[in-house]
Amino acid sequence: MSAQKLHIDSYERGWMIFSAFLLVAFAVAVSVAAFGMGIQVPAPEQRVDPRTVATDPNSPWSNPGLREVAPGKYDAYILARAVPLWEYLPKELTVPAGSSVSFYVTSSDVQHGFKIQDTNANFMVLPGQVSKLTVKFDKPGAYNFICTEYCGSGHGIMYGAIIVTP
Amino acid sequence: MTQYQVSAVEKKFIGHHILVAILALAVGSLFGPLQAFEHAGWDFYTYLKPLIKSYYQGLTVHGVLNALVWTTFFIMGFLTFNVIFGLKRPLKNLTLNRVGFWLMVVGVVTAAIPILANQATVLFTFYPPLKANWAFYAGLTLVVVGSWVEGWGLFLTYRDWRKENPNERTPFVAFGSLVTLLLWQICTLGIAVEILTMLLPWSLGLIDNVDPQLARTYFWFTGHPLVYFWLLPAYISWYAMLPKQAGDGKMFSDSLARLSFWLFLVLSTPIGIHHQYVDPGVPPAWKFLHSVFTFGVFFPSMMTAFTVIASLEHAGRKQGGSGMFAWIGKLKWNDPAVASQLLAGILFFFGGIGGLANASYNVNLVLHNTAFIPGHFHLTVATAVTLSFIGISYWLVPYLTGRKLWQPKWAVAQAWIWFVGMIIFSNSMHVLGLLGAPRRVPLGLAPYVPAEWNSRLFQVGLGGAILFLSGAIYLVVMYKTATNKERVETEVEVPIAQPMQDPANGPVWLDRWAPWIYGALALIVLMYGPVLFEMIKNIALTSPGFRVW
Repeated sequence: MSAQKLHIDSYERGWMIFSAFLLVAFAVAVSVAAFGMGIQVPAPEQRVDPRTVATDPNSPWSNPGLREVAPGKYDAYILARAVPLWEYLPKELTVPAGSSVSFYVTSSDVQHGFKIQDTNANFMVLPGQVSKLTVKFDKPGAYNFICTEYCGSGHGIMYGAIIVTP
Repeated sequence: MTQYQVSAVEKKFIGHHILVAILALAVGSLFGPLQAFEHAGWDFYTYLKPLIKSYYQGLTVHGVLNALVWTTFFIMGFLTFNVIFGLKRPLKNLTLNRVGFWLMVVGVVTAAIPILANQATVLFTFYPPLKANWAFYAGLTLVVVGSWVEGWGLFLTYRDWRKENPNERTPFVAFGSLVTLLLWQICTLGIAVEILTMLLPWSLGLIDNVDPQLARTYFWFTGHPLVYFWLLPAYISWYAMLPKQAGDGKMFSDSLARLSFWLFLVLSTPIGIHHQYVDPGVPPAWKFLHSVFTFGVFFPSMMTAFTVIASLEHAGRKQGGSGMFAWIGKLKWNDPAVASQLLAGILFFFGGIGGLANASYNVNLVLHNTAFIPGHFHLTVATAVTLSFIGISYWLVPYLTGRKLWQPKWAVAQAWIWFVGMIIFSNSMHVLGLLGAPRRVPLGLAPYVPAEWNSRLFQVGLGGAILFLSGAIYLVVMYKTATNKERVETEVEVPIAQPMQDPANGPVWLDRWAPWIYGALALIVLMYGPVLFEMIKNIALTSPGFRVW
């Protein structure tokens, strides 16, 4: 009975310590990026009724688009929808370089995605929920935003663009 | 040396699982290359119109048959074999297991009807409010329930064995199989609740609306441990069979192999939210907590890598291999069961690295739902798992049928072709994802594709074509084997790598079930309890269904 201890070979012990160290290092790196550098994932923002969110006059998504809330600071209300056609409303936004834009995106039908190319903005768009992330656009150019979740047969044509002017 | 004789009727029963699995793989894999071709801009779906209406119907068939049906049937067959052979006793109640098997078959047929009728083009994640025909959800439920029933049959068999052998260590292949089945019983609760409380009544018209955020959370409760349900049977083979086949090697560490299985049981469910990092309705604190535990579940995979490679090295040196790496060449690469699984293991290394990137909380912002994701899981489920199962079938089918493997050289070639095709396919998918290409889009037709993606898109198509060739060879080999007139002279030897240390000298707590089960359940309650409680308390049934395909 005395032999019934967990036998670990010395090489294997070394490997396990190395593995644990490696994983802790990764977790620390991710934490530093999240809490030190502020690269954050979406948080619960607001809940809406997908059946009325696009039509209720009190809903910002009944009149989606860009609002300037302070100089160089914008709120962008974007509606993702598959019905009647796969599209974002509005399809195109224009802001000057150096602008900080907070995106508020929701869906009036099925699940969609929203990924702005060449940025860290990438999130799910769910009916009933509002997804929010803020992006600062320093470099002029056209940034496509693309639907990244299957939303029916037109999923592959669903995109829009943010035009950043010099 | 005579080995334990599995009865003819049990062999047949296990064989039926493998047959359904391979049929599913055959049909499902037909569509795989078609998806890849769409990326390259080669549209074959136009010609399939009378039968298959769209790319997405094809993608649904591909995902459901390959990721769910092929895997589940193969796994249930293989684990049934492992329990019988490992414990050296017949099934306690064959009828019970038969009932489970037929429930699964009826489930597949029930789900297949709406899929083929284009009434369930919702892909294998079936996120509501995409709304499929009720038969799709009912069919999936039957498959899961059937697999539960088969699991119960195996647990009962184990209970009898334990009663008669109170002080023995559970033989490893049976032990690993039982842990896998237990994991499956626990983790499928999520999908069961999703379907039974929301999707099925909704599709039947009993309720009008669902809560998509809550549904996603239930789904991923099951969706991530599902990955381990696929992987662990391959791990059983890598740990306890492959070293023997590769050159009469022994299992380097029986105790740590068992410990890693327990860690998978405890850690693989309470991390599902790492699939929901960018969901709007899940608080970031929970996302972060799940990401930390996801790193935790990587630990037993690292342990597995060590033990498996050390066991293979033992085999290689036994065959006269030497040097730091030269022993690798001495492994029995001309045995198709060995070649398939070694190549599967090599690609799994890269799959693991990609998985860590996905799991990394905010790094996922760059990758989420890009082509990186299918690139990743074609290395894991479609290679580490599938190519390993293919390798297992190269000895298991001759064992079950008593017929010789047809043209082993072709089988070896099949594994290498898969390996090459998958490298080309998967590498280009990973790169496309990093460039920003979304998943689940026939990119050859998408309006926003920049010219710089084109060479990679072509490689996706090329990889798909090579994989198609490999899949076709596999099916021919299997068909020719199952109908081979040449029979094996003596029963195929079941490859079992003996552990280097006697398991009886390992700690007793590695053979106790209760603490690990309680631990697993407690951790699930801690990691999912509060977040699910909040979501259910604030449930908003506001989403009506849509058919937009």
